[in-house]
Amino acid sequence: MTKEEIYNALDEVFQEVFDDDEIHVNESTTADDIEDWDSLEHINLVVAVENKFGIKFNMNEVTTMKNVGEMVDIILERQQ
Amino acid sequence: MKELDYPFDSDYILKKKKSLKKELLNQNTNFLEKKIAILGGSTTNDIKLILELFLLNYDIKPSFYESEYNQYFQEAMFENKELDEFEPDIIFIHTSNRNITNYPTILNTSEEIDNLLHQEYQKFVGIWENLSKKYNCPIIQNNFEYPFYRLLGNKDATDIHGKTNFITRLNLEFSKYADSHNNFFINDINYQSSLYGLEKWSDQFYWHMYKYALAVPAIPLLAFNVANIIKSIYGKNKKGLVLDLDNTLWGGIVGDDGVDNIKIGKDTSEGQVYYEFQNYIKELKQMGIILNINSKNDYENAISGLEHPDGVLKKDDFVVIKANWLPKSKNMLDIANELNLGVDSLVFVDDNPAERAIINQHIPSVKTPEMKSPETYINTIDRAGFFEVTNLSKDDLKKTQMYRDNMERNKIMASFTNYDDYLKSLEMHAKIESFIPLYMARIAQLTNKSNQFNLTTKRYTQAEIEEVSKDDNYLTLYGKLEDIFGDNGVISVIIGHINKTILDIDLWIMSCRVLKRDVEKAMLDVLVKRALEKGIKEIHGYYYPTAKNGMVKDFYELQGFTKIKEDDKGNTEWILKIDKDYEPKNKLIRVEE
Repeated sequence: MTKEEIYNALDEVFQEVFDDDEIHVNESTTADDIEDWDSLEHINLVVAVENKFGIKFNMNEVTTMKNVGEMVDIILERQQ
Repeated sequence: MKELDYPFDSDYILKKKKSLKKELLNQNTNFLEKKIAILGGSTTNDIKLILELFLLNYDIKPSFYESEYNQYFQEAMFENKELDEFEPDIIFIHTSNRNITNYPTILNTSEEIDNLLHQEYQKFVGIWENLSKKYNCPIIQNNFEYPFYRLLGNKDATDIHGKTNFITRLNLEFSKYADSHNNFFINDINYQSSLYGLEKWSDQFYWHMYKYALAVPAIPLLAFNVANIIKSIYGKNKKGLVLDLDNTLWGGIVGDDGVDNIKIGKDTSEGQVYYEFQNYIKELKQMGIILNINSKNDYENAISGLEHPDGVLKKDDFVVIKANWLPKSKNMLDIANELNLGVDSLVFVDDNPAERAIINQHIPSVKTPEMKSPETYINTIDRAGFFEVTNLSKDDLKKTQMYRDNMERNKIMASFTNYDDYLKSLEMHAKIESFIPLYMARIAQLTNKSNQFNLTTKRYTQAEIEEVSKDDNYLTLYGKLEDIFGDNGVISVIIGHINKTILDIDLWIMSCRVLKRDVEKAMLDVLVKRALEKGIKEIHGYYYPTAKNGMVKDFYELQGFTKIKEDDKGNTEWILKIDKDYEPKNKLIRVEE
């Protein structure tokens, strides 16, 4: 998957999890930008992203991920 | 909603929970509203959200109270205004082996371990007793999943120092408590986690990251099980199975292959699969599930298949048998009619996807589990939770006989020209009296199951039933009817509360099994008699219309009441003035009080 494809796929996941078709993410998107993205919803997002890409984040990654850009970097790395 | 019927896609449910909720709320349903308190020993947020979906899918609309993180003990044991004000209808205690305070260590003596076990158990008993004293409502309690590591290896299960052993003993204590207390139910996460796979269920990532005591992807399975217990408490279980024959109860097509060539019995692998499925269905029947047949077959062929010597199910195990060439949707409605049951209380079991699609299309309220290959039939029916048991009353165990008796009565009725003569021939006798402990479970069950002959559709838990039966301000009656064909069990209930010289009827229900048998007249006679003894001068009846109780719209009028109020929603209030000159209405039932 190219970076662009990953962002498109992520848009889909975010739209489903937050039930909002208007959401589009970019590398600097953070929890502050999406109203329902709180710590409790974070886990559902993580599980949905993991399922979408068939990967697993480790604990360190989940806690240190600062924005969507870093999430995409991890996904890219895992795919290689 | 298909997405929430077993087998569901857990990841999909977790991901789409927001839009699923919207969709469920938009359905035009008459929701039963219930207040559910979740007291958690770990994070419960998603458990609450997913439980809500499954309950909505059962037409129950929950509102929730959620304890602070891991405060289940404190919130249950000490003053808790917020929970008091919430007035829970159900309390769900979500604990796990993470909440066991003291496990044995390898250094403990056997006596010390017994003490630890006792302390742990008593901690929970304290919670349950306090909660049931304060809130008097059903409690659902998780048992414990096995530990995710075994210090002693396989010996962990047998050695008293092992965590596995300790948990097994604790679970046994929980089971004993559940077995000896009404209104207390175990949510068996020990079984659920083994079904799901303990390795995945107890993925420690979710504990360390979010303090979830189970993996988030396992939450739908847990929530589904809790929802099944709740819907069963509120009488929303299915009541009967409607089964296809060819390739459902046996392999092959009896009409084409001949009865000697169908696959049933232990001699071949394929025959054995169907044999075990028949055996499972027979077990359901013994539990009180009504069995019926809906098959495209000549009647004689269908019966010959059931007479196969190696089969488990026989003709007499079924109440209604439809073996003909009519559309199955029509047969389905006829079966419901003959049983006097709502069609939505039946489950249609057919291997043929086309037949299931026809039922789905014409009668969407009927569940049509997807029957794939025959060796998975049992799993498919069993895991769906159609018949989740919370109360097993004695009447349940003889259900099939009761429905069969009813069919016999209908046959005899056809031979009488005068209906009263027919009723006389039944030699009916009833027992009508105030609630007694023996029947509390059945009475509670009836108040939750009756939808058609139900004037106010007020629901009661067993605890509430027990409470009103002890209260002098209430007048309660149950009616039990027997006739030449057998015992119908408890079939009618009245609850009224006394307001000086007025008796307000809060609830009047009757099982549709005994419609048009004059039971209502006999009940009214006893009600009037008891009311007069208490100095009552007026009985007030109420009718609140629902989608299902249209048949009793004019009930009070037929019993001689006068209408005194009606609002724009069709709610009506009725009055019957009574004195010692009251003329008994029942002439055909011999009543024992």
